[in-house]
Amino acid sequence: MIGTILSKLGEYKKASILTPLFMILEVAMEMVIPLMMASIIDRGVNQGDVGHIIRFGFLMVIAACVGLFGGLMGGKYGARASAGLARNLRASLYERIQTFSFSNIDKFSAPGLITRLTTDITNIQNAYQMILRMAVRALISLIVAMTMSFMISPRIASIFLGAVLFLGAVFSFMIRLAMKYFTEVFAKYDQLNESVQENIIGIRVVKAFVREDYEKERFARANENIYKMLVRAENVVVSNMPIMMMTIYACILLISWNGAHMIVAGSLTTGELMSLFSYCMNVLMSLMMLSVSFVMITMSSAAAKRISEVLTEEPDIVNPQNPETEVADGSIRFEDVTFRYQQTSEKAILDHINLTIDAGQTIGIIGPTGSSKTSLINLISRIYDVSEGTVYVGGKDVRSYDLETLRNSVSVVLQKNTLFSGSILDNLRWGREDASLEDCKRVCELAQADEFIGRFPEGYETHIEQGGSNVSGGQKQRLCIARALLKEPKILILDDSTSAVDTATERKIREGFKTYLPDVTKLIIAQRISSIQDADKILVLENGQISGFDTHARLLETNEIYRDIYESQMESGGDFDALPQT
Amino acid sequence: MAQQSEQMKNMSATTRGPRGPKGPGGAGRMARGMKPTVENPGKILGRLFSYVGKDYGWAFAVVLICLVISVLANAQGTMFMQTLIDSYILPMIGTADPDFGPLLGAMGRVACFYAIGIIAAFAQNRIMVKVAQGSLRNLRRELFNHMESLPLKYFDTNAHGDIMSVYTNDIDTLRQVISQSIPQLFNSALTIVTVLVCMIRLSLPLTAVSMCMVVLMLLVTKKVAGRSGSFFMQQQKDLGALNGYIEEMLTGQKVVKVFCHEDKAIEEFTKLNDSLFESADQANKYANMLGPVNAQMGNISYVVCVLSGAAMALSGRFGLTLGTLASFLTFNKSFNMPINQISMQLGSIVMALAGADRVFKLLDEKPETDDGYVTLVVAEEKDGKLVPSDKPYTGLWAWKHEHKAEGTVDYKPLRGDLVMEDVDFGYTDEKMVLHDINLYAKPGQKIAFVGSTGAGKTTITNLINRFYDIQDGKIRYDGINVGKIKKEDLRKSLGMVLQDTHLFTATVRENIRYGNLSATDEEVEMAAKLANADTFIRQLPQGYDTMLSGDGANLSQGQRQLLAIARAAIANPPALILDEATSSIDTRTERLVQGGMDKLMKGRTTFVIAHRLSTVRNSDCIVVLEQGRIIEKGTHQELLSLKGKYYQLSFGN
Repeated sequence: MIGTILSKLGEYKKASILTPLFMILEVAMEMVIPLMMASIIDRGVNQGDVGHIIRFGFLMVIAACVGLFGGLMGGKYGARASAGLARNLRASLYERIQTFSFSNIDKFSAPGLITRLTTDITNIQNAYQMILRMAVRALISLIVAMTMSFMISPRIASIFLGAVLFLGAVFSFMIRLAMKYFTEVFAKYDQLNESVQENIIGIRVVKAFVREDYEKERFARANENIYKMLVRAENVVVSNMPIMMMTIYACILLISWNGAHMIVAGSLTTGELMSLFSYCMNVLMSLMMLSVSFVMITMSSAAAKRISEVLTEEPDIVNPQNPETEVADGSIRFEDVTFRYQQTSEKAILDHINLTIDAGQTIGIIGPTGSSKTSLINLISRIYDVSEGTVYVGGKDVRSYDLETLRNSVSVVLQKNTLFSGSILDNLRWGREDASLEDCKRVCELAQADEFIGRFPEGYETHIEQGGSNVSGGQKQRLCIARALLKEPKILILDDSTSAVDTATERKIREGFKTYLPDVTKLIIAQRISSIQDADKILVLENGQISGFDTHARLLETNEIYRDIYESQMESGGDFDALPQT
Repeated sequence: MAQQSEQMKNMSATTRGPRGPKGPGGAGRMARGMKPTVENPGKILGRLFSYVGKDYGWAFAVVLICLVISVLANAQGTMFMQTLIDSYILPMIGTADPDFGPLLGAMGRVACFYAIGIIAAFAQNRIMVKVAQGSLRNLRRELFNHMESLPLKYFDTNAHGDIMSVYTNDIDTLRQVISQSIPQLFNSALTIVTVLVCMIRLSLPLTAVSMCMVVLMLLVTKKVAGRSGSFFMQQQKDLGALNGYIEEMLTGQKVVKVFCHEDKAIEEFTKLNDSLFESADQANKYANMLGPVNAQMGNISYVVCVLSGAAMALSGRFGLTLGTLASFLTFNKSFNMPINQISMQLGSIVMALAGADRVFKLLDEKPETDDGYVTLVVAEEKDGKLVPSDKPYTGLWAWKHEHKAEGTVDYKPLRGDLVMEDVDFGYTDEKMVLHDINLYAKPGQKIAFVGSTGAGKTTITNLINRFYDIQDGKIRYDGINVGKIKKEDLRKSLGMVLQDTHLFTATVRENIRYGNLSATDEEVEMAAKLANADTFIRQLPQGYDTMLSGDGANLSQGQRQLLAIARAAIANPPALILDEATSSIDTRTERLVQGGMDKLMKGRTTFVIAHRLSTVRNSDCIVVLEQGRIIEKGTHQELLSLKGKYYQLSFGN
């Protein structure tokens, strides 16, 4: 896991190695300077040796400059190494995700992937910088200060060692306890926030049922509980401070007492005593820093785990070797196709489907929710791969084509479709990058979008907001159809893509397809019988099996499900949602 | 050393605290939130203080006192270290029989000071936890309570992510200010003052030298921090742009795949990623500079002091002895630390004030007004007259209407009679969405609204229960102006099934019971049966006790609608509003639900919005809306014979 993350360091390896080296330089100076200070006091100030003061003062200035240099360079490379790691990780993640198939994406879910690319990476970046600078620094500082103290006086240094062991034990116990408490309270906190969010989203329900007081009470209870848990957890954390103070004070007193005896006995100088005081502080502070970094690392390890999951995920749909780059025509054939979302799941989503569609035909697909209509058409452009059997497009197995060739020839208008922020033209050109304005206009006319685009003040340059939130559902669907048409596909698949378009406009779209796209094979998934009843053939699906595949008239006679749907809709007659917009 | 430990605490604090909103939503907000353009920081800080003071004023005062004690005790300790060598150790050197007694005595005294310091620090920390967490708890509770009272308009006009971020990000920044920044600022200021006093007492000229260095340090810090700050702004902007891009593209990743747009997506991503790297690199570089620069300037300050001090001492002027110089040098060292801390804290305080500003803005939003005084009471019939009843349920309700002027109270039966007269309405005063709406519904009638999206169907129903208030005209419920009815009671009398079904994280049973908190398990199941939801509920892993989460993510849209119907059924209201309540249930299942729906609607005034003819055809009155106006009104047969819009719709095109 850590290996996967660090392998993305790339060109920032150098900075990652330089950072600790410069930190060592800084720490070394930090350690030397107290010695110089001691010497200035002992031999300079106390003995009135101005020459010594000047000499050592000068040395100290040099040491400070060297320390400054080390600190600055350490800071610079630390920043570079961590920002660089973040950049490379982000790039690798993003590129990896681009190779993912739909099922890979489904496995992590879009929000899951977004969190990894944003929050998780930022956490790793911070943690990495912290490790490179703070943790390394604290560790070196601890070791050096300890060594120096032993060199000055093993007797007093052993007091430090005792203090370190004591504090280390106390800290590790407290960290463990605090982590446990915090993990618990965070989980509760998340729940609280989720319930706030539910209240925001469902505020109409809350108000409609007059449940404000009920919700307030529930919130107050959860809030109180969290307060108690937080106080408990924080109390552990804040106990660190007095304990730390206690240890330091104890050390100072012990050093003073022992130091005084040693100085009187002549085995220690007063300057050395002062240095020991400052090493004592150094040792204990470093220990505290180490414990903080430890907490930080533990916390970011969850992020590292989530990221490496994505980095090690294998895309399950890849280009074949020596792929075909030409799709002959728009014919489609399913040969004994079975499909499961998970190879292990027992229930087949599609069960032994056999189906032949000729190039240029218009096929309607209908069936109740959950009858696997979308799954069926997803196999054609290899959005998913079959579990058993073969799907042929233009006479060849879809798995033998170059993916881009296949997907450009098989144009799918997804059910849950998205427009991106940018102009209408930008969005249309997803279909074909070099499409001219005329090309775009032509497909928009066909998709009945030209009419409303023309009414926008800025026409084709109209800016679309993220997710297409500034156009209506019907307009969005028509733009999506136009975008798909721009590919000039051999097969066009509309997955319930005109549900928000009124019936009259929808009919115009169908008629346009018939006249201007005679050679394109058209597959139309629809809820309304009226959308598909004049198709060449209609496929009726139920529970992943073909229940009927025939013309409207014949299905009415022979297929019970189809007749049932037809009747339930005829009974309803109109669909007021599809009222022509005036 | 106390300051240092405080700093440690601060660092550890950044690693904890509640996490921000998960996934999307945080990114854009972060970019905006970074620019702390607080209008009146003093006022906000004052308000924050008064907030803490309201419930924890005394506790906070105790904290500050403890802080003073621990700082003073600490200073005593430092003083001891100064005198240790001069007063106790040096006199003993060379004596044949050194007397450690005075030293032991001094140590005993200092140990007492230390002990007091530790106790004070301990008390300060423990109380502070309570003050900070308690204040936040109260703030959260107040926020939520206030939010619940806000009108729907607030939720319409504010992005949900932004409201959420007040609970997650903004509250958390406040925690840091209350529990860390403020005590620390106080601590630093106190330390500066104490140390300064000590320094001045030791040697005024040396203090002046030392102060000069401090000024120099502040100038450099300001410079570096300024550079770092502008790069940080840039970094946040770049981060916002990149995260926004990631969010948009990954949400539409399937479209990217279908259009083989991967390479272009990577190209754009690389550009954004690279510029983020540049600004992050620079921002962190400058931020990392501050520490070493200040530390080394501190060292240089030490050298300057020792040189000038030595010169003074040796020249015998200024009354400086070598011993005092040694003590002064230690003070010099502990003087620089708090100054750095103050400059570091100021940044985070400004950030937090921006958060506090948003919290207070939410608290300042005007709550939903309710001037209604007519209330709904359980009634019973006595001697042919309607009187209030003590029983919890009689099947009869009455509107209790107090006539203040005459001092009389009358009781009108709740029947479900609704009249709208010349109603005009707009979400904003500039743009009206409903014009001249006139309609009436007799008790027990079924009124249907049809029309295209945006015609104003849902809006009309939102006026009945006063989610919004009308600009002009009158709405009368059982002959009473709805403005006079207490909102709570008005809404209790109207059951609603909304277009977007929202379920809460709770069991299926609790979700249904939401409609009537006192319903028994049997009643819950009855309601579910009525809505035809019983069958699928029993097929769930734990039946009625199955936990729903994420707005019922584990259910299909149709199943969620069935639960919403059951929830309305259990409330047993005299009037019902069904807004596309069966839109996601396929036509075959709808037939099954229809029986239950009919039972539910029987005897209740019902307002139905639907797009299927089968749902509306048997209504007592069908209202055809177009662009906020009623264009046709009548029964199915009447409207057909009009051969207008309705006719056109019914026979498809």
